[in-house]
Parts: sequence; C-alpha cells; structure tokens
Amino acid sequence: MTPDLIVFFLLALVAVASALGMLFSRNAVYAALLLILNFSTVAIFYLILSAPFIALAQVTVYAGAIMVLFLFVIMLLGAEQTGRASPIWWLKPLALGLGVVLLIEAIYIVTSQRGVMQAMDTVAPTFGGPTAIGETLFRQFVLPFEVTSILLLVAMIGAIVLSKVKTPQG
Amino acid sequence: MLPVEYYVGLSAILFTIGALGVLIRRNALVIFMSVELMLNAANLAFVAFARAYEAVSGQIFVFFVMTVAAAEVAVGLALIVTIFQNKQSIDVDQMNTMKG
Repeated sequence: MTPDLIVFFLLALVAVASALGMLFSRNAVYAALLLILNFSTVAIFYLILSAPFIALAQVTVYAGAIMVLFLFVIMLLGAEQTGRASPIWWLKPLALGLGVVLLIEAIYIVTSQRGVMQAMDTVAPTFGGPTAIGETLFRQFVLPFEVTSILLLVAMIGAIVLSKVKTPQG
Repeated sequence: MLPVEYYVGLSAILFTIGALGVLIRRNALVIFMSVELMLNAANLAFVAFARAYEAVSGQIFVFFVMTVAAAEVAVGLALIVTIFQNKQSIDVDQMNTMKG
C-alpha cells in the first residue's frame, strides 16, 4: 500500500462522493457547490499526472468561471427546488439499469486491457508546464487555436442575442 | 505513476454518474451540470493517457475541450434563461411542446 495508492484512493473517494452528491441533491445550489468540489479534486489529479498548466486552467475556467456562471443563473431563476415525481414511472429504474450496464462494460474493458500499455515511469520535469504547452499549441495546433477564437466570438454573440430583453414593438 | 487503468476506471465511473444525472434529473440546470461532469471525466482520461505516453498533445486536447465547454455553457445558460422567461419553469418534463 504505497503512499501514491492511498492518496489516489482518498482523492477518488472525494471525487466520486461529490459526483454522487451532485446527482442526488434536491437543492440545485448544493449540487453546484458539490460539483465545484469535484472539479477541484480532478484538478489535484491533474497535478499528480504532471499537468500543472491544465490543473490551474481547470481551477480558473471550470471551477472559477463556469460554475460561478451556473450559480448566477440558479440564483437568478430561483431554481433551487424542483417538484413532484416524474410522470414516466419507468424512467428512473431504466436509467439506473442502463447506468449499471455501462459501468460494468467500462470496468470490464479497463481491467481486460491491464498491462497492455507500459506507462512511462518518469517524464521530463518540464512536461505539461506552460512552456511545453505553449510550444505545442502555437506550432502544431495553431489552426485549432485560431478556430476556437472564432468559436468564442460566436458564443459571445449568441449569448448576447439570446438574452436581449424582448421589448414590445411600436 | 499508478497504472493508467486506475485513472481510466475513475474516469469511467465519473462518466457513468454524469450520464445517470442527465437521464434521471428533471432540473435543466442540474442536467447541464451533469454534462459538464461527463466532459470532465473525459478530460481526466485524456490527461492520464498523455502522462502515460508522454504526449503533450493529450493535454492540448483537454485545453480545447475546456474552451468548447466554456462556450457551450455560455450559450446553453442563455437558452435556459430565455426558456424560463417564456415558461416560468425549468422542469424539462414541462418542455414537451415546440410551440414557443
């Protein structure tokens, strides 16, 4: 039971518990806060996996911007609670059954591929740092980078147009 | 580093929980949050393989997934706010008609 394994299992427990809490929470604000906890745990996983730039981008973008936007909209719409049970009674059992099937399939595939790929024991200390990411991003992936700038522009215009207050004409 | 199967297994578990959230929950915002959880699970698998193969392009892909997720959240939340202005509810079971 190496320290690596203990740390991994503790963090995995927190990640799965916060995801389950988000799934079963009746209050949408609690669900958003538990999801922020999940994102922070995944950011720590990224740090363990030699991805410091992605880890901090995760905290900044996901936990710091996207979830804050979610909380704004939840408070704006007053959407904390939802009401009665669903009129389709077979929806929950079917979903749980299919979810269990998906999980069993995924675990089977993961365990049957054990040992096929040899992981590198150590990587270069600059692996995943901003320098390495920047060099690859602006050399090999410069075209997707420019395309995402257009994508963000389109998203901004879309959000502005969609949330314009509709005033009556005339 | 632990064997990569551990991280991919955790990613599969998180992805299944997100998929269950999309299927079971009726609050449109919680469904949206479950979609973000699924994207995060996929990101974790990408970063784990990037570390195992020492290929930084896996992390570049995660960078782009985060960008696209941010754009998607902006537009999706604007849509949800607009729907709420019309229907005064974000219960997806009540959004069963295409009539505006």
